[in-house]
Amino acid sequence: MSVILFTLIILVGAYMAGLLGSLTGLGGGVVIIPLLSLVLDVNIHYAIGASLVSVIATSSGSAVAYVREGITNMRIGMFLEIATTTGAMLGAMLALHLQTSFIAVIFGVILIFTAVMSLRKKEEFVSQEKSWLSDKLKLNGSYPANGQTVQYGVRHVGGGFLMMLFAGVISGLLGIGSGSLKVVAMDGIMRIPFKVSTTTSNFMIGVTAAASAVVYLQRGYIDPGLSMPVVIGVLLGALTGSKILVHTQKSGWLRWTFAIVVTFLAIQMIYNGINHKI
Amino acid sequence: MSNVKQFKDTDIQLAIGWILRLGVIISMSVVFIGGCLYIYRHGYSIANYHEFKGVPNFVHTPAGIWHGILTGHGQAIIQAGILLLVATPVLRILFSAFGFLLEKDYLYVGITLLVLAIIIISALTGHGG
Repeated sequence: MSVILFTLIILVGAYMAGLLGSLTGLGGGVVIIPLLSLVLDVNIHYAIGASLVSVIATSSGSAVAYVREGITNMRIGMFLEIATTTGAMLGAMLALHLQTSFIAVIFGVILIFTAVMSLRKKEEFVSQEKSWLSDKLKLNGSYPANGQTVQYGVRHVGGGFLMMLFAGVISGLLGIGSGSLKVVAMDGIMRIPFKVSTTTSNFMIGVTAAASAVVYLQRGYIDPGLSMPVVIGVLLGALTGSKILVHTQKSGWLRWTFAIVVTFLAIQMIYNGINHKI
Repeated sequence: MSNVKQFKDTDIQLAIGWILRLGVIISMSVVFIGGCLYIYRHGYSIANYHEFKGVPNFVHTPAGIWHGILTGHGQAIIQAGILLLVATPVLRILFSAFGFLLEKDYLYVGITLLVLAIIIISALTGHGG
């Protein structure tokens, strides 16, 4: 395939991935990697490198609005980034020593988990309970909602920290943002309100991905010819998605469609991994 | 009580938002320019990414990238844009450290510098191990 055709196909695919990713909150990486490795026969190492770069672009691009509105909790983000960057470094190193077929299987499992997570109901739950550690670390905060300021407390800091370490390893290993795992740590374990969890997770993803990107850059995993259409496509798609999202609130059917597609891709990745086709 | 205007979280938030946006715009412009040049030069070559070979030497090292930019290699320009993109969140951390310092929140200055140190260690060990 000629470079020009190859670039165009990836550009369109990445645009769709970015669009769907921002509409469903799943992130573009989960579609980009299967597209590259299953459809275009790209080596999974290159696919991971390109995806990681696009993850940084979308995280940095979309974090701006939430940071300015003051929904993102920068202290929680910064504190937990100790865990995610350490994990990301370990994950990126681990990726160098694991077989690609094994990585494909892990990727499939995480994909299914991400799909399930995207379908669950998002109820805002605000807890006032604080823990000694969250008080010491000044993690408890507030955010604006309907013109009022909502205060919240943070619990189970240690558990959340460990979960973040795991999210970092997965991010470094697979070249995805692993936003769904970050939300589990913050929303599920630390009881941080959903709005704060998702935006802070988004804010953190860029830093987590940068920690593994520095390893991948040196290993030659990040190929310019491949990263270029991926990063431009995903970013433009995410921008379009965020514009659409302002006008429409009904994304239920879209979520389902996307979850089914992602599950299908996941099964394909696991199947190919087990049969050593990747 | 001092009359000096306190440096607050909202100031950091505005500055960080600004850094992130600028970083993305600049790096994407560089990637786009490099991409146009790359397609113009190599559009009809054959793309093959099936086998993992690593990236060509001239886009692997900072010196190689710099030389590549000077000689007008599209791939080197793209890679420079990608380096800028990766640097954006790192710059964000550096700036947060500065912001927390102005707030006199020394605990968070420490936490921020720790995150920065982990990324630097990550960059250094990636080469050897």
